[in-house]
Amino acid sequence: MVKKIFANIYIYLILFLMYLPILLLIVFSFTDSTNVGVWKGFSFDLFPRLFHNQEIMVALGNTIIIALISSIVSVLLGTTGAIGVFYSKKRNKRVVEAVTQIPVVNAEIVMALSLTVLFVFLGSMIFKTSLFSFHTLLIGHVCLSLPFVYLSVKPKLQQMDPNLYEAAMDLGCTPRRALVKVVIPQIIPGIISGFLLSMTLSLDDFIVTAFLRGPGLLSGDKAIETLSTLVQAKIKKGPIPPELRALTTILFLIVLTVVVIVAVYRNHFAKTFGTKKNLRRLRNVR
Amino acid sequence: MKRTLRFQRKYLCIPYVVFLVLFIVLPIVLIIFYAFTDNKGFFSFDALVDFFTTPTKISILLNSVFIALQTTIICLIISYPLAYFLANKKFNRNGVLITLFIMPMWINFVLRTGATRDLLTWLGINGGKVPYLATLIGMVYNYLPFTVLPLYTTMLKLDRSQIEAASDLGATPFQVFLRNIIPQSLPGVVSAATMVFMPTMSSYVISDTLSEGKITLFGNSIYISFSNSQWNTGSFLALIMLIIIFLSMLVTHRFSREPEARGGTW
Repeated sequence: MVKKIFANIYIYLILFLMYLPILLLIVFSFTDSTNVGVWKGFSFDLFPRLFHNQEIMVALGNTIIIALISSIVSVLLGTTGAIGVFYSKKRNKRVVEAVTQIPVVNAEIVMALSLTVLFVFLGSMIFKTSLFSFHTLLIGHVCLSLPFVYLSVKPKLQQMDPNLYEAAMDLGCTPRRALVKVVIPQIIPGIISGFLLSMTLSLDDFIVTAFLRGPGLLSGDKAIETLSTLVQAKIKKGPIPPELRALTTILFLIVLTVVVIVAVYRNHFAKTFGTKKNLRRLRNVR
Repeated sequence: MKRTLRFQRKYLCIPYVVFLVLFIVLPIVLIIFYAFTDNKGFFSFDALVDFFTTPTKISILLNSVFIALQTTIICLIISYPLAYFLANKKFNRNGVLITLFIMPMWINFVLRTGATRDLLTWLGINGGKVPYLATLIGMVYNYLPFTVLPLYTTMLKLDRSQIEAASDLGATPFQVFLRNIIPQSLPGVVSAATMVFMPTMSSYVISDTLSEGKITLFGNSIYISFSNSQWNTGSFLALIMLIIIFLSMLVTHRFSREPEARGGTW
C-alpha cells in the first residue's frame, strides 16, 4: 500500500515537472504581458496577434513545406532502398545496412558540419558559387530521416510472406505490377510510420537547418527561417516573445488531439484484431 | 541484351545507395581530409597540434564529457524507478502514462528549451547567476524521455517469475534488486545511457540558451568554428566527436550483447 502511494506520487511528480515549462507558457498565453510570470488579466489578444505576425507565419510555412517535402523524398528513397536491399545479395546488404547505421548513431552537429563542408567544397571547387539554398537544406533533412524510413520499412518486409510476390508473378503480374499491388500494401504500415517519424524529425530540427540553409522558399532573398531557427534567434536575445506562447498552446492542442486519436484508433484496432502479441508489438514500435 | 536490362527488384536500391554514398559517406571522407589539411589544401597537422596545445579546447572537451556523464547519471537515477513503476500494470493501464511522458517531445524542442529557460529565470535559477546548474537542469529535462522509453521496454520484458523465485528462495528485497533486477535490465540501462551521453556532449541549443552563452560544450565549439568558417578546425573537432561516438559504440555493443547471450544459455 505504502509502496503504491509512493509510486503514484513519484510518477505524477515527475510528470508534472516535465510539463511545467510548457504549462507555464500555456497559462501565460491567455494574458497580454511581455514576460511569463506577470499576469495582466485574462485575454485572448495573443492569438490574433500570432496570426498577424508575418515573421512567425513565414517561419511556420517554411517549416511545414520543408517537413512535407523532405518526408516525401525520404519515404520514396527509403522504401525503394529497403525493398531493393532486401532482395540484394547478403554481402551488399551488410555493407548498405552498416552505412545506414552511420546517420543513426552520428551526432546531428557532426552530420550537419560534414554536409556543410561538402557543399562548401563543391561550391568553391566545382560550381564556383554558393550552393546554400533550399536544396541543400532539403538534402540535410533527408539525411536526417532517411535511415529511419529504411529501418521502419525493413521489418515489414521481413514479416511479409515471400510467396505472395511469387504467386502474383505466377498469376500473370509483371514484376512492377506485383510490387505495387502486392508488396507495397504489405509494407504500408512501415511506410506510414517512417513518414511520421520523418515529419517529427524535420519539424524539430535546428542544427541541420542552421548549418545548411540558404535563401529561398517563403523567406525570399533572406536565409530560410524555420520555427526552430526563428525561436532560437529570439530566445538568444530575451524571453520567449508573447505570440510564441500562443503558438505553444496551439501546438500542444494539436499534439494532444493526435495522441488521443492514435490512442482511440489503437484501442479500436486492439478490439478488432487484438491478440496480446500484436498489441505488445504495437506498443514497442511506438 | 534484353535480359540484362530487365527490371529486377534489387535495382530499386540504386537511388538509395547513391544518396548514401554522396551525402553520408563522402562528407565523412571530406571531414577527415579537411581535418588534416590547412586552408590552402596542403597536408598539415595544424588542427591537431592546435587542439592538443590549447588548454581551453582540451578543457571544453573534458567539461563536455563531465557534464554529459552527470546528465546521464541523473537521468538514469530519475527514470529507472519511473520505468519500473510504469512497466507495472497497476500504475500504467493501457500504456497511457508512458505516452504522456513522451508527448512533450513532439513540441518543438527549441521552444521547449526557451520555456525551460524562462521558467528557471522566473524561479531565480537563471543562466546569468548559475549557468552550470541551469544547463544541467535543461539537459536532464530535455533528455529524460529518451531514457524512460528504452528502460520501460526492458522493464516490460523483465521475467517477473524469476524475481518472485528469488524472493521465495530467501533473498532480501535489496538482494533481489541488486542480483536479479539490475542484471536483467542492464541492456536497457546501456541503451538509455547512449541515448543521452552523446547528444548532451554535442548539443548546442540547450547549453547556449540556458547558460546564456557562458558554458561552451563540444557542440558549441563545433558551432563556433562553423560560424567563423574555420572548416579545418571544425572538421578536426567533428572527427574527434566521431571517434568518441565510435568508441562508445564499441563499448555499448559489448554490454548490450552479453546479457542476451547469457539469457540464451538458460
